[in-house]
Amino acid sequence: MATVTATTATPPTIHPARRRLSLGRAAAWAVMGLIILITLLPFYWILRTALSTNAGLSSDPNSLLPVDLTGGGFERALGLQSAKEAIAQGGAGGGLDFWRYLLNSMIVSTLIAGCQIFFSAMAAYAFARLRWRGRDKVFGLFLAGLMVPTIFTLLPNFVLIKQLHLVDTLLGIALPTLFMTPFAVFFLRQFFMNIPREVEEAALLDGAGKVKIFFRVILPMASTPIITLSVLTYITAWNDYFWPLMVSYSDSSRVLTVALAVFRAQNPQTGTDWSGLMAATLIAALPMLVLFACFARRIVSSVSFTGIK
Amino acid sequence: MTIASSSPPSRLPLGSAEGARTKPRTYRAGAGDNRGDGRLAAVFIAPALLGFLVFLLWPTLRGIYLSFTRFNLLTPAEWVGLDNYVRMVNDPIFWNSLWVTVEYVVINIGIQTVAALAIAVLLQRLTQSALLRGIVLTPYLMSNVVAGLVWLWILDTQLGIGNEIISAIGFDRIPFLADETWAIPTIALINVWRHVGYTALLLFAGLQAIPNDMYEAAKVDGASEWRMFWRITMPLLRPVLAVVLIMTMIGSFQVFDTVAVTTAGGPANATNVLQFYIYGSAFGRFQFGYASAMSVALLIVLSAITVLQYRLTRAGQTDLG
Repeated sequence: MATVTATTATPPTIHPARRRLSLGRAAAWAVMGLIILITLLPFYWILRTALSTNAGLSSDPNSLLPVDLTGGGFERALGLQSAKEAIAQGGAGGGLDFWRYLLNSMIVSTLIAGCQIFFSAMAAYAFARLRWRGRDKVFGLFLAGLMVPTIFTLLPNFVLIKQLHLVDTLLGIALPTLFMTPFAVFFLRQFFMNIPREVEEAALLDGAGKVKIFFRVILPMASTPIITLSVLTYITAWNDYFWPLMVSYSDSSRVLTVALAVFRAQNPQTGTDWSGLMAATLIAALPMLVLFACFARRIVSSVSFTGIK
Repeated sequence: MTIASSSPPSRLPLGSAEGARTKPRTYRAGAGDNRGDGRLAAVFIAPALLGFLVFLLWPTLRGIYLSFTRFNLLTPAEWVGLDNYVRMVNDPIFWNSLWVTVEYVVINIGIQTVAALAIAVLLQRLTQSALLRGIVLTPYLMSNVVAGLVWLWILDTQLGIGNEIISAIGFDRIPFLADETWAIPTIALINVWRHVGYTALLLFAGLQAIPNDMYEAAKVDGASEWRMFWRITMPLLRPVLAVVLIMTMIGSFQVFDTVAVTTAGGPANATNVLQFYIYGSAFGRFQFGYASAMSVALLIVLSAITVLQYRLTRAGQTDLG
């Protein structure tokens, strides 16, 4: 994860090799096609399963289209069916309130992405643009933090969150990454350092203070990397499972990833409620797909033009 | 770890910012500007520093401390010296977990790296389509939980389409996740599906830095694509490949989510990867001290890999000059 150092730089234009339809090219395209198929097929399979009935899935397992097209899976996932109806259709009957988990996921991810990027941007500005004693030493310390694997801090952090009485709260889930990650600070510092000093000096001459410069000049100029980083942080926070699993126990703080695992564990006697589970999976994944659709170009180019040189 | 950006190399060294050289007077001590900067910097850095100290530095030190204690969350930690480590060395389940994790990493990283390299090269040499790059990245948007559940369903022994196809071709159905030999390779491949696109894009970025003239020149000399791959692409990509390899391997060692939703460590500890065992020790049996000791072991393994790989691959050097 700790590698995307996006840039606004445009890709070097490479002229694709002259398009001769040789055997080699055809084979290469066939491989590419296969890769795309393997990449995308599971997404279709989620949809196809979610729209089928459980009875239909077992009677006709290899149908490429939904079997007995129904919205029952989604109704169960969203808790819109009565326990009796749910059990009749192969569900567990125990209610799971996916709207609530959706909201919880949104609150946690928004809180983390918003605060982390803002605080990291402030720190990055101090590291890139302000002069103060010990700056390089403190920054070196932050960089060293990049090397500590997340797993290592999870247990002690859990102990800390417990001592703060924040277990089973949304704040408890968000807190460890709320203020910074070394990566976010590093990432933004790189951009701030590339903003020409003249821009800042012109603003200083106009009588603006450094705080004003940060908010009015630097932040707007770095909006592209900031948006990119926010989206990536949002996706990471949304997809996180281990930490929320440790911290949350009840509905009040359950996020979608954890809820999905709970939904899966609620096995009805008839076997897994695949239709309901895939519907729930789709609900959990859809927001990220939409987010990606909106920012695809930026995300893709930020990952590819990272420049890990 | 070298994480550079598009910034020119001259600006990469920490500190000694470029402005200091050209306009020294502005920042000399005594100038109001300087002192103002210090105070403002303190304010600006305060939240991040708080987060760093409280949730990164302190837990790191505390984790090391806890590994020398017996601690169950309810009573204060009790110093037991090396007990946890002695227990760890004598714990067959720990060694099994470590072995299973290594097996997972080898399969996961081996296949992922080759596949990612293939995708990256195809993306570069075949087409520059942004749409394809986007498609390749989509699985990365899924959580491990979603990826695990979808493949659990596709590979289901009775109803999964994967097994339907296998049985249609005429083979026996494979209990991918319920069988001791199949479980780890299956989980490794599921995570390849989720991460390969991201890795491919990182490598693709490295490929973009190779000047196209080199390929043009080689082509004039009559070199085949295959030869160009081995003579141009691989040598020039090596530093990027090394960094990507270190990163993905460190991530790979921390496998947890997929195991948790698919096999939960089973069958018979066959997928009880180290993280899962650590989690179970802490939250299943409330042995936080022991769990911490195993975390320290994992940390040591990861650090060793980083150092070793960095040395072996001479990741810091670039052939491109």
